[in-house]
Amino acid sequence: MIEIGAAFSTAIELMLHLDHDLGEIVLLSLTISLVGTAAAALCGLPLGAAAALYRFPGRGAVLVMLNAMMGLPPVVVGLVIYLLVSRAGPLGSFGLLFTPTAMVVAQAVLVLPIVTALTQQIVADLAEEYDLQLRSLGTSRHRAMLTLLWDGRYQLFTVVLAGFGRAAAEVGAVIIVGGNINHYTRVMTTTIALETSKGDIPLALALSMILITLSLGVNVVALGVRGAARRYYG
Amino acid sequence: MRPLTGTGALSQELAPQLLPLEVEDLEYRVGGNSLIDRVGFRIRAGQRTVILGPNGAGKSLLLQLCHGLLQPTAGRILWGGMAVAAAQRWQAMMFQRPVLLRRSAAANIAYALSVRGIRRAARPALVAAGLERVGLAHLAARPARTLSGGEQQRLALARAWVLEPRVLLLDEPAAHLDPAATYDLERLIDAMHAVGTKIIMTTHDLGQARRVADEILFFSRGRLLEHAPAAEFFARPRSEEAAAFIEGRLFRGAESAISR
Ligand SMILES: Nc1ncnc2c1ncn2[C@@H]1O[C@H](COP(=O)(O)OP(=O)(O)OP(=O)(O)O)[C@@H](O)[C@H]1O
Ligand SMILES: [Mg+2]
Repeated sequence: MIEIGAAFSTAIELMLHLDHDLGEIVLLSLTISLVGTAAAALCGLPLGAAAALYRFPGRGAVLVMLNAMMGLPPVVVGLVIYLLVSRAGPLGSFGLLFTPTAMVVAQAVLVLPIVTALTQQIVADLAEEYDLQLRSLGTSRHRAMLTLLWDGRYQLFTVVLAGFGRAAAEVGAVIIVGGNINHYTRVMTTTIALETSKGDIPLALALSMILITLSLGVNVVALGVRGAARRYYG
Repeated sequence: MRPLTGTGALSQELAPQLLPLEVEDLEYRVGGNSLIDRVGFRIRAGQRTVILGPNGAGKSLLLQLCHGLLQPTAGRILWGGMAVAAAQRWQAMMFQRPVLLRRSAAANIAYALSVRGIRRAARPALVAAGLERVGLAHLAARPARTLSGGEQQRLALARAWVLEPRVLLLDEPAAHLDPAATYDLERLIDAMHAVGTKIIMTTHDLGQARRVADEILFFSRGRLLEHAPAAEFFARPRSEEAAAFIEGRLFRGAESAISR
């Protein structure tokens, strides 16, 4: 009991004094998850919109796959990317294993199906509502895609936020491809996982509190955006 | 009415002759039901055509078929000999339920202009003119979907008006309008009619039909029952359904069906 209390106060001290190691870990986490999510959004938004608007053979199967892949286990993604980028793998020559780049790739792969599948649903719903009007005006398919992405911007933003939340909280993939190397590939979740088992409870606790605050913050922002969008845009 | 653009992009002399509108043996079936049932008619230029009929008669479907938004199951539609798809860009349609984009009122109009290829620099003046024309200038910056039902309908009307269509298709344009706005709508229709825009409108409102129509197409249950000059239609309806509709008997029938 006393130990937990002591660990807590040390954890809070670490945060209040902006401990250098702690800061480094948090910053790397945020950077990797932001870049990974941004990459996933850059691909997933247009892909999802295209899947909603264009008919092509095998479309049904693609949509089922996408939805199934939303729940992809991070460790499996980690393992697959590990096999791809490890020295003997097909992408081994790039030397990506145990680098932040590999971690970005892993998180992007995890977030991509979420962004794509949810974008597809949002854009399809909006398309149904707008279809007659846009066709009456003479909007091209390509233009319609941009219009729907823009008009779905608030909902799509919350989708990207959800993707970011998943990326930041995920440990299985980044620990396998990143390796938790001190000052290089240590992020919040890998540190928590490994420091706990090594006994550095205060650091793990401090990081956990930051992680939870982050997740709360993401959800508060998402709620706020959704509420504002409903008030202003219906 | 003065021409709006003068840019040439929408100017009327480029437009082909879209009339007469010829419809032959038109059918629209969904799951075995003929929602439009072997309809044929010919509509000439220079007349305000009003499509009249009770709820579910197929008025909205007919407008959408003629505008190219639905594919007929059988039959054909020609605009001045042209296929529907080719004629569409010279038309504007105002839907029964206005569909407004999740943007400001002004941006909704600007969007339509941009889709029809109006230069960016020319748009603000046209947007302002459109909003002014329907009395919404003070709401230009408001998110369109927070407008009231009647304001939304006026915005949809402004969006159709700025496109300077050769043919304006109006589906129950006065459904949510107050008397003053209805009066304004009818003046706008008059003005567009006066410069040669073909008006095709659906309505339930007999008073409005009497005020606006030069000719009436009366529909009931997917069939065209009458096609006659307005004065003749109201004075001497030939079908029992039309006579009942004019007297309001159909309406009372529907009401008692609900209360039963
Ligand atoms: N996609 C569809 N599937 C099945 N039935 C349909 C479909 N679209 C329309 N209908 C039916 O076709 C009939 C005609 O519809 P339409 O919307 O054209 O009526 P309307 O004359 O415009 O009526 P209102 O005056 O109420 O606007 C209605 O009974 C409607 O329920
Ligand atoms: Mg209708």
